[in-house]
Amino acid sequence: MSTLLRTALYDWHLAQGARIVPFAGWAMPLQYEGIVAEHLAVRKEAGMFDISHMGRLRCRGAGATQLLDSVCTNAIAPMQAGQVRYSLLCHERGGVLDDVLVYRWAEEEYSLVVNAANRDKVLAWLEQHRRSAAVQIQDETLATAMVAVQGPAAAAAVADLFADDLRRLKYYFACRTWCGSTAVWASRTGYTGEDGFEIVLPAEAALELWERLRGRGVKPCGLGARDTLRLEAGMPLYGHELTEEINPIQAGLAWAVKFSKGDFIGRSALEQARQDRTLPVRVGLEIEGRRAARRGHRVLSAEGQAVGTVTSGSFCPYLELSLAMAYVMPDSAAVGTPLQIELPGAFLRAAVVPLPFYKRTPAG
Amino acid sequence: MHNPPDLRYTPTHEWVRWDGELATVGITRFAVEQLTEPTYLELPALGSTVEAGKPFGVIESVKSTSDLYAPLSGVVAERNSELLDDPASGRKGNLALILEDPFGRGWLIKIRPQPPVSLEHLLTAEQYEAQLAAEGH
Repeated sequence: MSTLLRTALYDWHLAQGARIVPFAGWAMPLQYEGIVAEHLAVRKEAGMFDISHMGRLRCRGAGATQLLDSVCTNAIAPMQAGQVRYSLLCHERGGVLDDVLVYRWAEEEYSLVVNAANRDKVLAWLEQHRRSAAVQIQDETLATAMVAVQGPAAAAAVADLFADDLRRLKYYFACRTWCGSTAVWASRTGYTGEDGFEIVLPAEAALELWERLRGRGVKPCGLGARDTLRLEAGMPLYGHELTEEINPIQAGLAWAVKFSKGDFIGRSALEQARQDRTLPVRVGLEIEGRRAARRGHRVLSAEGQAVGTVTSGSFCPYLELSLAMAYVMPDSAAVGTPLQIELPGAFLRAAVVPLPFYKRTPAG
Repeated sequence: MHNPPDLRYTPTHEWVRWDGELATVGITRFAVEQLTEPTYLELPALGSTVEAGKPFGVIESVKSTSDLYAPLSGVVAERNSELLDDPASGRKGNLALILEDPFGRGWLIKIRPQPPVSLEHLLTAEQYEAQLAAEGH
């Protein structure tokens, strides 16, 4: 693991006995106490994740808005300062290069949070499509750290830690503020299906914030729980539900594709995809019993015809159900359709159910 | 790693305890830690036969699915009922025992070897630990 990148919290993870695994070129904590306990902490109270491996790119200067609107499927120009938007970056054939969060800070100033595995690809893509020399693209990943605080108690946990009260942030909004004398940015976003915040700060300040959150009873959670939480919340994961061979329409992400905004890379392919009823689409599956379907397992119709492939699956700790996401042919995608999963040596009965599997009850 | 010296091991992380009549089989602490918390266990029926080196069951966690490999051939003489759901009483099996006490209460099955064999083909604790070290654990 000597060639792996380490986050600013790596030594802390080691000292806490976290199990470290390689992930997208980084040495990351898979779990501390255990995936199930960490998963339940996020659903019932609050957990925190070191997500410093996510790529953080700054894009600014005259032409930044035009550049991002040309590479993003979602509409960038109408965003308000302080707003965050989920978007896909697609290639000309409509396949997904990455799914990203775009933060708008000012007229021509943005941050992008991208998947760790796609950081170099996205950087190169932005450079390639930059038409103006005035647009600066900086990779701030290694100089910064990123921490997610998630769960019903997340808002209480971050109260008065920052110069601005993050509890006043609306969902999918961000602010630049201070943690003591440290400049940070924070958003009301996350990847668990819970209320929560994602905070970016200089790498050298990460440990102090982490310890202060710990002092407020926020449980450290690893990538294991992050994966089961996002699965339960029906959120796609790049490399599983999203790839360069899959378009956002199939993935059920048409809401993040704004045909009304004008031209963007992949637009004409996606307009065709919208009419195409022959491509497999993403569905949620509930499986009978406790056995899990895993990525790559075949999905069969009730009659035994191959109709698709599982992309993610696990026994989900909060709902206590075996759940999976899969791509299946459109005529097998209706909610309620009975299907089977083919495992080595076994067939599991499954049914199409609505996504997300888990949806939090809004507070209040 | 604290693998008990009186047990024998497979390269696939099962252990065997021999009492002269039955071979008790479980998975090592290393295996269960790799797996994380067990969520599903499938064991062969009483009286069924298992074959050395072939899968006899499946164990799953929230993270992964693993086959369980028989260390020797024989007939399944016992299954650890503490681990398994009991439909008659409605009691739910306690899979956490495998994580908490993999070499003790978390045992899986007992095999009556057929034909009778020695355990000489299986790894000693020392050899097993050497294998783990060689794999970088």
